Amino acid sequence: MSTNEAQQSSRLLRGVRRTLTGLHPALESLIAALVGLLVGAILMAVWGYDPWRAYIALFQGAYGGSYEWASSLTRTTPLILTALTFSICLRAGMFNIGAEGQMYMGATAAICISYFTLPFGLHHAVGLLFAALAGAAWSLIPAALKMMRGVSEVISTIMFNWIAKWLALYLAIYVLVDPLRGEKTVSIPLTARFPLLVPRTDLSYGIFVSVAFALFIYFLLWHTTTGYELRAAGLNPAAARYGGIRDKRTMFLSFILGGIAAGLAGATIVMGLPPTYAIYGGGGLPQLVNMGFDGMAVAMVGRNHPIGIIIAAIFFGGLNAGGRVMQFYGSNPVPLEMVRVVMGAIVIAMSIPELIRVFPMLANSSKNLLNTMRRGRKEESA
Amino acid sequence: MSFSDIISLLRISLHAMVPLALTAIGEIVGETAGLFNIGLEGILLISAFAGAIGAEAGGPYIGLLIGAGVGGLISLLFAVINTYWRGTQMVTGIGINLFAMGFVAFGLIQLGAPGFHMVPSTIVVDGAEKAIQLAKFRTPWGMFSPMILLALVLPFVVHWFLKRTRAGLMLKAAGEMPEAADVAGININRIRILAAVFGGILAGLAGAYMSVAWLGLVTKGLSAGRGFIALACVVFSGLNPLLALLAAFIFGFFQALAEWVKTLPSKPIPGEFVSMLPYIVTLLVVSGAIGRVRFPKFLGTPYKRE
Repeated sequence: MSTNEAQQSSRLLRGVRRTLTGLHPALESLIAALVGLLVGAILMAVWGYDPWRAYIALFQGAYGGSYEWASSLTRTTPLILTALTFSICLRAGMFNIGAEGQMYMGATAAICISYFTLPFGLHHAVGLLFAALAGAAWSLIPAALKMMRGVSEVISTIMFNWIAKWLALYLAIYVLVDPLRGEKTVSIPLTARFPLLVPRTDLSYGIFVSVAFALFIYFLLWHTTTGYELRAAGLNPAAARYGGIRDKRTMFLSFILGGIAAGLAGATIVMGLPPTYAIYGGGGLPQLVNMGFDGMAVAMVGRNHPIGIIIAAIFFGGLNAGGRVMQFYGSNPVPLEMVRVVMGAIVIAMSIPELIRVFPMLANSSKNLLNTMRRGRKEESA
Repeated sequence: MSFSDIISLLRISLHAMVPLALTAIGEIVGETAGLFNIGLEGILLISAFAGAIGAEAGGPYIGLLIGAGVGGLISLLFAVINTYWRGTQMVTGIGINLFAMGFVAFGLIQLGAPGFHMVPSTIVVDGAEKAIQLAKFRTPWGMFSPMILLALVLPFVVHWFLKRTRAGLMLKAAGEMPEAADVAGININRIRILAAVFGGILAGLAGAYMSVAWLGLVTKGLSAGRGFIALACVVFSGLNPLLALLAAFIFGFFQALAEWVKTLPSKPIPGEFVSMLPYIVTLLVVSGAIGRVRFPKFLGTPYKRE
């Protein structure tokens, strides 16, 4: 009887330990987020703002009620997808910084479906397909340059971002332009718009596209041979090649999947964001701009894991939505741009491995925790 | 295209070359020691902003100095994270770029106009005219910034430093064979930090040059991919400063060409396509150059004593 109890308690302990080890990355993300918010607070204070009131306005504007939640989730939708772009490629060992451009191409391709009529549902599918193909095509060229000419994907994807920006602007201003309103493109027709999920907000069913794609990527990476090969190629390319994994194939696959994700992000914006369901060429693509870059921050804080990304995207989407409230709050409102300062600081903090150890206060407790966990692991294996 | 057109095209090319050349030379020093900084774009942007503020407070030299100082400080943070704290260099760089985008957009709002700030060439203080922008030389072929001279001379100095001095070889050892260098008594982390800070100072100078000595304005998109084009110069050069200067001139030329075509009254090509030109050329040149270049073995890997 007593041995049984001891076994049970040790099993419980092991479970707790495993959870703590699993939470370690999440804890690091949390600390990085706090560091970022702290840096933002210091900058606000330096410029004579009240950081405390600004953050209260920001977080109330992000999560203070159902309308606020809807607004945050609207901004979460494309971020999940652009974060996946970065993460899939990073899992395969490559830095795809091209989500921004791939998303522009996806959004532009989705606008093209305005020129024909299809039944509701099929029209959505065709729009998503167009966007996915455009995004994938735009990311295939850097992948091919990398494979055939050894061009660093960091440089080529950034150059493709700029080319995409000017191409999207050209198409929006001269080709896909609304004949009645020159500052925007034609609008997506009613048969291809994502209906609103919550009435009187801007949250549409488009969010299910994001979440479904994230779950698909999760399944692919951790429950299929292809995904295993992709991750193996990223962890140790030499060993993977030795083990018979075709690294060029996995590289192309990661770029194609990443491009599809970014293209879909563009589609969810133009097909799901009221009121105009169009791209503003005259305003310099305001709804699209920076969504790809913010996605990289989301990917980092989400630890390049689809589920982590969904959580991190809700946080960053909240920052974006809350920032819009913050910039009109009080007599001395803080500009929306502060949100991106916070994001940058979070990413810089995320780049420090074992961030916990950098902070002397946390160092000891974390060391103790790590030691107990390590001892526990040894016992388990013994 | 007349003769004077060609002269003015070359003049604009030389001016456009300066930020690319300075940033690339600095990055060559950093990469030789083993640190790969993709945050150059952000450093250019922040130091252009800081340089403009410094110049408006204390004149062009203070502006350039503050720009260089800010660039050096950001690189110091980057270098400490990626040596002693063994961080991930790509991620730090991406963070610096995001931070800069937000910070400069935020700072421009504080200066009054969102997204845009003009740097006057002179202001009048107590009845006396005071220079804000760095004065240009008058020559028979137009006005030239003295910074062009720096950009033309520095690659030769750095080339000599890397090839012919003991310190230059120590830098190389830190990137090629950190373990052997460590055994030889070289402090790898310290030498990498020094190299990165030098690179940051040059990138900062390049940023301040853009706002204080060349374009005379700060926008939230002022760097316009120049940090990454400078990285392309480094890739093209295979860490040879003289080839990097050549690449910077080529890219500068195509930027100038794009600006020139935009001013043509006949508008032969839509402006959007002309604006793509520098980026397309960068891609083409880099894809043509790769293959023969080799980078330090330990580029991008933090060094840890066994």
